[in-house]
Amino acid sequence: MYTEKVMDHFTNPRNVGEIENPDGVGEVGNAKCGDIMRIYLDIKGDIIEDVKFKTFGCGAAVATSSMVTEMVKGKTIDEALVISNAAVAEALGGLPPAKMHCSNLAADALHAAIENYREKQAKKE
Amino acid sequence: MKRIYLDHSATTPVDLEVANLMMTYYTEKYGNPSSVHSFGREAKQALEEARRQVAELIGATPQEITFTSGGTEADNLAILGTAEALRKKGKHLITSAIEHHAVLETFEYLAKNGFELTVVPVDAEGIVSVEDVRKAIRPDTILISVMHANNEVGAIQPIAEIGQLAKELGITFHVDAVQSLGKIPVNVKEMNIDLLTMSSHKIYGPKGVGALYIRKGVRIVPRAHGGSQEKKRRSGTENTPGIIGFGKACELIGSRMDEEAKSQTKLRDKLMNGILERIEYVKVNGPVGEKRLPNNVNVSIRFVEGESLLLSLDMLGIAASSGSACTSGSLDPSHVLLAMGLVHEIAHGSLRFSLGHQNTEEEIDYVLEQLPKIVDRLRMMSPLYDQVLHSKQVKQA
Repeated sequence: MYTEKVMDHFTNPRNVGEIENPDGVGEVGNAKCGDIMRIYLDIKGDIIEDVKFKTFGCGAAVATSSMVTEMVKGKTIDEALVISNAAVAEALGGLPPAKMHCSNLAADALHAAIENYREKQAKKE
Repeated sequence: MKRIYLDHSATTPVDLEVANLMMTYYTEKYGNPSSVHSFGREAKQALEEARRQVAELIGATPQEITFTSGGTEADNLAILGTAEALRKKGKHLITSAIEHHAVLETFEYLAKNGFELTVVPVDAEGIVSVEDVRKAIRPDTILISVMHANNEVGAIQPIAEIGQLAKELGITFHVDAVQSLGKIPVNVKEMNIDLLTMSSHKIYGPKGVGALYIRKGVRIVPRAHGGSQEKKRRSGTENTPGIIGFGKACELIGSRMDEEAKSQTKLRDKLMNGILERIEYVKVNGPVGEKRLPNNVNVSIRFVEGESLLLSLDMLGIAASSGSACTSGSLDPSHVLLAMGLVHEIAHGSLRFSLGHQNTEEEIDYVLEQLPKIVDRLRMMSPLYDQVLHSKQVKQA
């Protein structure tokens, strides 16, 4: 059902955890639908210096969360905003059709975190 | 890596004795039971012996057994066949909220095609109340269908009482006994059952074969027309090897039932209680003790999701199942758990272990050793577990 890459990210997820006083936090999904992804960002200048995630969900949910953090660490905010759900799935070697829509919310969570960061920045000014 | 199969409610391995017997009917005694010659006659004879074996397991007569391609077909035949036969008498149907999809979807199809359906709810343990069934009955009710034991949580329903009620009011009573057959006693006469669904592959028989018990005098309009096999109730050349395997499986499980119920109940309780002891924030789904099938364990593990649990178990060679949405392919988790009042989040974290006769205590011990570690790992990743984690850290500081 899942590719080797997906299973690798499920078994050895990268960047699991929280950031204390994060510069941005984004959460998508809800317990009702069975997937919740939360992404924490540490941003210096416009570079994403650190990223962590927590996820409640199936194998695809964990793997896509892990992959998106790997893709985004060290990138600029603008580069991060361009990362799409489809790109995350591709980086994992694909997902079963049934999993594409519901668990592929990782890029959305990332963008929500960036949105949150920008809101915080705006409030400071 | 050792493999531990704990998904017997999904399917079972075929008993070696059954498999060997079936082979004869593929390669040596392969005649069509309808043929006049000796090849046909020997197949026919074996077929009728299998019919007798199936009937004996449920206290019926052989003439009351119609072979099908499995439980789903038997459910369809029972429900559609009865609706069609009695549509002039009435249009009202009653079933329960925890039926298998093969029953529920067939009723839903009828509800969209001129019939009216009442779905009786269940309590928090997953059990239907006889009173609720009684209240649902109308003068134009023609069929009541309640399963004997639920596949997900093992809840055993009060079908003898419902059967009695249906008999008093002259309403046809169908029972899906796919999960109960061979695990707990089923007697169609004592329980006042008119139609009973049985499946071979849940009782160490081959897949692709089942049967519908139809009480003498009960009329069913056939679904499969053509060859007039099975007294015209279900046409099509019989799956002789499958049916003979099914018959043998019925005979074998009938002789082992009491002993297996005892040993599986012990293992079931060891596993269930072991999980409750070793892992916090866990609850049992379904009844405990005698109202539960001897082989069924179903728990909800908070803060983690079912498919992730299954994948983690699978990597250790352990096979189980779950009621989470991700495992059902739909957006909602198990309709059974929801009908029992579980909130979505708790239903998503459900885990079912269903034991079989070859499971050992060592295997249960291994699961009890590994499951807590799996849960810990997934909880550390889960945003829902944060609160608990933080309060623990505060306590330590």
